[in-house]
Amino acid sequence: MKILIRNGRLIDPESGLDRTGDVCIAAGHIVALGETPADFHANQVIDATGLVVCPGLVDLSVRLREPGFEYMATLETEMRAAAAGGVTSLACPPDTDPPLDEPGLIEMLKFRTRMSPGPRVYPVGALTWKLRGERLTEMAELAEAGCVAFSQADATLIDTAVLLRALEYAVTFDLPVWLRPQDPHLARGGVAHDGVVAARLGLPAIPVPAETVALQTILLLARETGARVHLCRLSSRAGLEMVRRAKHDGLRITCDVGVHHLHLSEMDLTDFDANCHLVPPLRSQRDREAIRAAVREGLVDAVCSDHAPVNDDAKELPFQEAEPGATGVELLLPLTLKWAREMDVPLAQALDLITRRPARILGTQAGVLAVGRPADLCLFDPDQPWTVGRDSLMSLGKNSPFLGMEMIGQVKYTIIDGHVDFRRNNH
Amino acid sequence: MTADLQLNADGSLRHLLTLDGLPARILIQILDTAESFISVAQREVKKVPLLRGKAIFNLFFEPSTRTRTTFEIAAKRLSADVVNLNIGTSAQSKGETLLDTVANLSAMQADMFVVRHAASGAPHLIARHVAPHIHVINAGDGRCAHPTQGLLDMFTIRRHKGAFHNLTVAVVGDVLHSRVARSQIHALTTLGCPEVRVIAPRTLLPRDVDSLGVHVHYRMETGLKDCDVIIMLRLQNERMQGALLPSPQEYFKYWGLTAEKLKRAKPDAIVMHPGPMNRGVEIDSAVADGRHSVILNQVTYGIAVRMAVMSLLAGSGVKPAAEA
Repeated sequence: MKILIRNGRLIDPESGLDRTGDVCIAAGHIVALGETPADFHANQVIDATGLVVCPGLVDLSVRLREPGFEYMATLETEMRAAAAGGVTSLACPPDTDPPLDEPGLIEMLKFRTRMSPGPRVYPVGALTWKLRGERLTEMAELAEAGCVAFSQADATLIDTAVLLRALEYAVTFDLPVWLRPQDPHLARGGVAHDGVVAARLGLPAIPVPAETVALQTILLLARETGARVHLCRLSSRAGLEMVRRAKHDGLRITCDVGVHHLHLSEMDLTDFDANCHLVPPLRSQRDREAIRAAVREGLVDAVCSDHAPVNDDAKELPFQEAEPGATGVELLLPLTLKWAREMDVPLAQALDLITRRPARILGTQAGVLAVGRPADLCLFDPDQPWTVGRDSLMSLGKNSPFLGMEMIGQVKYTIIDGHVDFRRNNH
Repeated sequence: MTADLQLNADGSLRHLLTLDGLPARILIQILDTAESFISVAQREVKKVPLLRGKAIFNLFFEPSTRTRTTFEIAAKRLSADVVNLNIGTSAQSKGETLLDTVANLSAMQADMFVVRHAASGAPHLIARHVAPHIHVINAGDGRCAHPTQGLLDMFTIRRHKGAFHNLTVAVVGDVLHSRVARSQIHALTTLGCPEVRVIAPRTLLPRDVDSLGVHVHYRMETGLKDCDVIIMLRLQNERMQGALLPSPQEYFKYWGLTAEKLKRAKPDAIVMHPGPMNRGVEIDSAVADGRHSVILNQVTYGIAVRMAVMSLLAGSGVKPAAEA
């Protein structure tokens, strides 16, 4: 299969390439960039006039809901949704049922994902057995089975000694550990940021120290063990400042934020919209501005969708009883573009946050538009408006705080491993 | 958004979910209407036909005797048919969702739901999903709001003090967990009360509580100074000892209202409590039963205020005064 993508705006965040030209794809790889060689004869030609051609998106947190939560979404639907969002590589967290805590489950997941077309799936294994925070998983075997990192997802890890041992054990095999900092005691029962809106609406609150106290523990243990720690979904200005100091001190850490936290704050909770019940909670406008600035500055290494499709029945409940999370894999690109426009950030820099930099965290060579690299590409119209609606989302989860709102920027083609995996009907 | 949900396009009340954001004219309309219902209670026949033929469902997802009873009395005095449902012990425990329960009851031709629920915002959710002719009254949701309690407290203050624009009001106790306190604070600030104080240990105050427009005092000595109105809040048993408070004894010593502490308020100050009281914990019996106390008046007014809300929502617009 040979594909010629003609006359697109080629953007490669790594090399700084930003020019109009062609991309030639053969045998799953990019074979030419810029000009089409005279001897290249394509089976398929895509006219990319007016489209941006960039590396396929890399999303560090996409819940496929299998095994165990098929009533919320299925692996097939969410893989399709990811492709429709321009995502070509994704990491899935271990918070399935049962959790991804033994090699057999990873084998099954890999088998299932190979059976259906779509993005490359990188499982994140459970750090502890059943995510209970008590007993280590067989990390080495899980890594052999295909796990790229280990995490507790949003499950609590109360015992600090277990955390220390888990980091030490991970160091033994140089395995990365992904942690979302949240002190289980300070966060207990809470559903909203401990601020003006929780005070007003009477929602049980999660104070900022729930993040910073846990973060301090993680940073100290990371320093102690030398573990490769990736910090997930930071939500507060104070937390980001701690990461800044830790990075300045030379600690080997990376971090990400959820794309919803670039745009929303506690203020969006005022009508009890359960779609704004997120983990971690949407914090103050001051925190949101700090996140937006930290992402521009580069302190934050990646932006992810933290995709969490939830069925309507689990969302149509009072705010604190509703299942947390938002569907997001199809909004990762447009919401990142929205942030970039509002913050005056160059397109290549914005794309870097959802392509090359998360790929580095995953430990893959994806996220680069260069000759010889696997042909994982996203082609999008940067000016195309579209409305987020129940019909326009392919994910089974329709739980988006942005329902009914207009996005600018729409994925037209997603190419994975040299094949057109997704093509939007209107193109 | 909440205000939009509560009001019809013409600005009249459709649901009563919270006093937060409700315009002063609506609050005053309810208080004025309640005035006219006070006389109904004093008649030999305590009934008016304003809601004759209307079906009112008391939907209590959380146990309550007092509030449910006052709503029931109010509805019956308006000649409505009342159905009491203690959902906590039936449908929900069988796994039915909140909205399914409401849909089923709607199919039984309900005209109004009076909702009590342990989760903040539950009545908002119901209001968003009911048919256009159905009205929802919040009878207390989580820590969020208890608007009819807030209104009856305003009614009580107005009856005893005449106006709000020159009052200093203190709300004392567990503001953090109190839907009553939130409704009182929103009503007081909306009605133009110039100084609303909250008095409590830091553990019983929400973070950023000052954003509600209140002055924060940790100690009674400063907080009660020159107050016209003192509203005591109930302290739940399970919060009396643990990480929020060391003991009921220490709470009473520092935040319990005694005759001694009351001396710091104005000589004609009134003392209120939404009930049920913990005597000897948040309030001393001498004060609860003393000359400053208007606690039993609150209960009486509560029926008139709930009649006012129900008739404004679902009544045919007939003024009760015309019945007198």
